[in-house]
Amino acid sequence: MSIAPPAPPAPPAPPEAPAVAAEPLPPVDRRPLRRRRMIRAGQQVAAIALTLFMGVPVYLIALAAFSSRAELNRFPKALWPRDVSIDTMRTFLHSTGVVPSFINSVEVGIATLIVSLLIGAPAGYAIARYVFRGRDGYQLFLLTARSLPVVVLSIPLATMFLRLNIYDSVLAVTLVHAVLALPTTVLITASVFVAVPAELEEAGMVFGCTRFGAFRKVVLPLSVPGVAASSIFTFVLSWNEVLAAAILTLNNRTLPAQVLTTLPYSPVEFRFAGGFAMVVPSLVFILLMRRYLTNMWGATIR
Amino acid sequence: MAEIRVRNLVKLYPGQRSRANDDISLDVADGEFLVLLGPSGCGKTTLLRMVAGLELPTDGQVVIGRRDVTYLPPRERRLSMVFQSYAVFPHKRVRDNIGFGLAMRGAPRSTIRQKVEWAADLLRLTEFLDRYPAQLSGGQRQRVAVARAIVVEADVLLMDEPLSNLDALLRLSFRAELKKLVGELGTTTLYVTHDQVEALSLGDRVAVMRDGRVEQVADPMSVYDRPASVFVGGFLGSPPMNFISGSVHAEPDGGVRFGLDGAAIPAPRALASYADRPLRLGVRAESIALADAQADGAVPATVQVFEPLGSATLLTVDLAGQQVKVQASASYRADPGDRVWLSIMEEHQRWFDAETSLALDVDTPLATAPT
Repeated sequence: MSIAPPAPPAPPAPPEAPAVAAEPLPPVDRRPLRRRRMIRAGQQVAAIALTLFMGVPVYLIALAAFSSRAELNRFPKALWPRDVSIDTMRTFLHSTGVVPSFINSVEVGIATLIVSLLIGAPAGYAIARYVFRGRDGYQLFLLTARSLPVVVLSIPLATMFLRLNIYDSVLAVTLVHAVLALPTTVLITASVFVAVPAELEEAGMVFGCTRFGAFRKVVLPLSVPGVAASSIFTFVLSWNEVLAAAILTLNNRTLPAQVLTTLPYSPVEFRFAGGFAMVVPSLVFILLMRRYLTNMWGATIR
Repeated sequence: MAEIRVRNLVKLYPGQRSRANDDISLDVADGEFLVLLGPSGCGKTTLLRMVAGLELPTDGQVVIGRRDVTYLPPRERRLSMVFQSYAVFPHKRVRDNIGFGLAMRGAPRSTIRQKVEWAADLLRLTEFLDRYPAQLSGGQRQRVAVARAIVVEADVLLMDEPLSNLDALLRLSFRAELKKLVGELGTTTLYVTHDQVEALSLGDRVAVMRDGRVEQVADPMSVYDRPASVFVGGFLGSPPMNFISGSVHAEPDGGVRFGLDGAAIPAPRALASYADRPLRLGVRAESIALADAQADGAVPATVQVFEPLGSATLLTVDLAGQQVKVQASASYRADPGDRVWLSIMEEHQRWFDAETSLALDVDTPLATAPT
């Protein structure tokens, strides 16, 4: 390179602006960070408190159900198992009517689940996929079934079931429970089916499925989590329902009905045993269904 | 392989007063790539869905390969489709997604395997065959959707804005990939898009739609250079075609001039019969020649905005009170307020009736390469 001739008086180019200004910046303000940590700690505490609120009674019932009678009458009571005994539980389970009513309850729960899904899921699908006159009104109308007190529903039903010769049967209780469960089944499954994009179903139809085939092969597998949620709800509803079950049965009681009618006249330890027997099956059912609640394919549907 | 014939197709959605598709007739030849282009709500997707059988027409007919399919369910139409949101089944592995159509037809397992691998190879999906769609990127998912559509070897391939969910860079590369693929397969294709660049670059022919009707069907260059209406000219191109209002009058020397406020542009003689009627002159920004000094037939204009775009320069000029966009070379320099001279060659002029907005049948020969 030769030495450049003296530069012509070019217009002074604006000096290249430095990437970072030299002046000092204010110190990093850590207060918002601290506030955020406080809030998060508060949330943790709240979550723990809530868990204890739900869990401690279950624990106490289980503790009482598996303690000996002497232990139950001691004071002060211990918060951990000291004198474990399955006597109470065994006596409770062997007392008349408990095992049959337990089986009745399971049967009613499962039958209710099946009936309400068979009737409710297609209705939910219709609400999710089709625009029809009165759709909103229909959705609202569904909920009115729940606005009638169960007692009001049950007594006319009892007379009707007597006439139809299905009084005091699993079928009778199932029918009533299915009616109670249907509104929520329809609304939950509708929201589940809405979440499955219609294009997926159309792709199924373009590539060889019938309308129902596309539902079965595409929509249904994708709806498993939501349907599981809905079935938990239905099963627990049926399991806990006592009023209609007590009115509509006499000898073939469901467990809650049995417990309700017999425990008031039982010693206190049996009440704990009964409570425990009531809690456990629905907990087991929820645990079984839980894995379908979390997503199955590693991501959300879309 | 088959051609699509659409005749007088009408779609009126229940509860709506205006027709989503209004008396559409259209032919897609065997092996042709036809693009339906139009703004959103113009009915292009409705038309595609009626061809697919996902929507039933209110009136009219759809024929695919000499077979009337107007009311047949989608699965009996021997077509396949690529959807806007990919519509890849989340609960199936890539392999089963691609093979879904074949499996539904009951093809033997070995055939399915073979074809899936062929398609996966073609779309560079081989290493992802055992993954679930959730583990793929958007571009990969769209390739799965395309693979699923081509393995069934359908008579007709339908695509509903397949690129619109991809980011800009991916869209560009996948567009070229798609064009190559469909060209090699030679399948009759009906493609819906609102992206004019996509339409021009992909289509053998482009059908421009508006308000449920087809405004113009022609090859991409004709649609671009010789729009049939003001709408088509304004919809295609970036910037859209300029429309200059005025009227023509005959000169004593036999020539015809398009008169503006204080300026006149030489116009084709064939326009003499339209003298003194309001007309609109359509001209593309890149077809306007710019000069700094007066030249024969040039009209003066004032620069309002100067925009360097990298590969070119865009000027907004005031021509006798009307705004005109002019594209100049990247090295062109001007400042707002500068006076420039515009000349518009007859072969770049497109004339429209100001009332009907339709192109006039003036024989303006297409630009031929100057010698």
